[in-house]
Amino acid sequence: MQIIISNSSKEPIYEQIINQIKSSILSGDLKEGAALPSIRQLAKDLQISVITTKRAYEELEKSGFIYSIVGKGSFVAEQNLEVIREKKLKVIEEQLSAVIVNSKEIGLSFGELQELLKLLYEE
Amino acid sequence: MENVVELKGIKKAFKGFSIDQIDMEVKKGFITGFVGANGAGKSTTIKMMMNLLKPDQGEVSVFGLDYKTHEKEIKERIGFVYDANVFYEGLNLKDIKRTVAPAYKSWDDDLFDYYVDKFGLPLNKAMKKFSKGMQMKASLAIALSHHAELIIMDEPTAGLDPIFRREFLDLIQELMVDSNRTIFFSSHITTDLDRIADYIAFIQDGDIVFNHSTEEVAENYAIVKGELDLLDRDTEKAFVEVRRVPTGFEALTDNLKQVNDIFGDSVVIEHATLEDIMYYLKGGVSHV
Repeated sequence: MQIIISNSSKEPIYEQIINQIKSSILSGDLKEGAALPSIRQLAKDLQISVITTKRAYEELEKSGFIYSIVGKGSFVAEQNLEVIREKKLKVIEEQLSAVIVNSKEIGLSFGELQELLKLLYEE
Repeated sequence: MENVVELKGIKKAFKGFSIDQIDMEVKKGFITGFVGANGAGKSTTIKMMMNLLKPDQGEVSVFGLDYKTHEKEIKERIGFVYDANVFYEGLNLKDIKRTVAPAYKSWDDDLFDYYVDKFGLPLNKAMKKFSKGMQMKASLAIALSHHAELIIMDEPTAGLDPIFRREFLDLIQELMVDSNRTIFFSSHITTDLDRIADYIAFIQDGDIVFNHSTEEVAENYAIVKGELDLLDRDTEKAFVEVRRVPTGFEALTDNLKQVNDIFGDSVVIEHATLEDIMYYLKGGVSHV
């Protein structure tokens, strides 16, 4: 698992960790049941405080991405609805980005694109 | 969460300086950084934690025990790393080991050898010939060799060069992989603490201004910059201290949420470092 922390980013460090672990899970790099480094080990590796990694893991646990067993550590959770939803959302975002690129190429305005989407959506 | 150290209603008066009322806890399994300007009362507080000074009033408990009845037991479990060389200058590490080891029930020779090797410390060289950084490491090696659960350090990084300081901080983090270990250290080099400390206790003029987790500090404190006409009697309440210059204002808030509600996108908000917080809380920021 790779995590890159930026000290100059506006995004708080715990959120950087959350987002990077989430995207590793969503991209399939971290598989269901995979063990995550312990809170203390991760703090040491990233040279940040224990309380920061603790918070990141707690929030990942709350949103169902990981689960923890006392004395054993933290693991990637079975993919729940929210995970799947987020995965889908990511795909949708990518597809929409492609649509926007294509629209811009032929000079289609945002309004026209909206009209088109509305038409298709209500079909 | 369990507290390793509790100070309750501590008072101590000296000529020209006093600690009026200190209430503070040190949480088990975490690093607490103790910051404050020179003369704010850091060393005095640490000395009271170590029972090297008796408070005029109040209670000090360590591991839930009282110094009056359990001094020896408490000291067994504390490793004290001090900024000046506490060991006899002419002695070498071998001599010191021979003198110190019998004083601790839980002294571990193998562990001592391990750290001496790890830190690259010479056993036969007189301590007075050690560099400042090596003295610090020697002092830490001894503290670790009796399985200290609580390591108290007074200005451990003062006078160390940047590379040595980084190594030292890495080492501290390595120690924290063990969740039974607690570290309390004072420093006025706040960048040491910005990253690795879990809790920050901030002392000023003998008072604890706050004792928060670094996450809470990052969430509530920020530097806010904006145009002068945004300030009035009401909006200023969101700030702890405001610095005005003809080109705009710069202020410290301890209530980031309120600032967001009041000013929205009309101001620039930046992360406040501990140094920023210390500077602004010191008050008396010049108004040009």
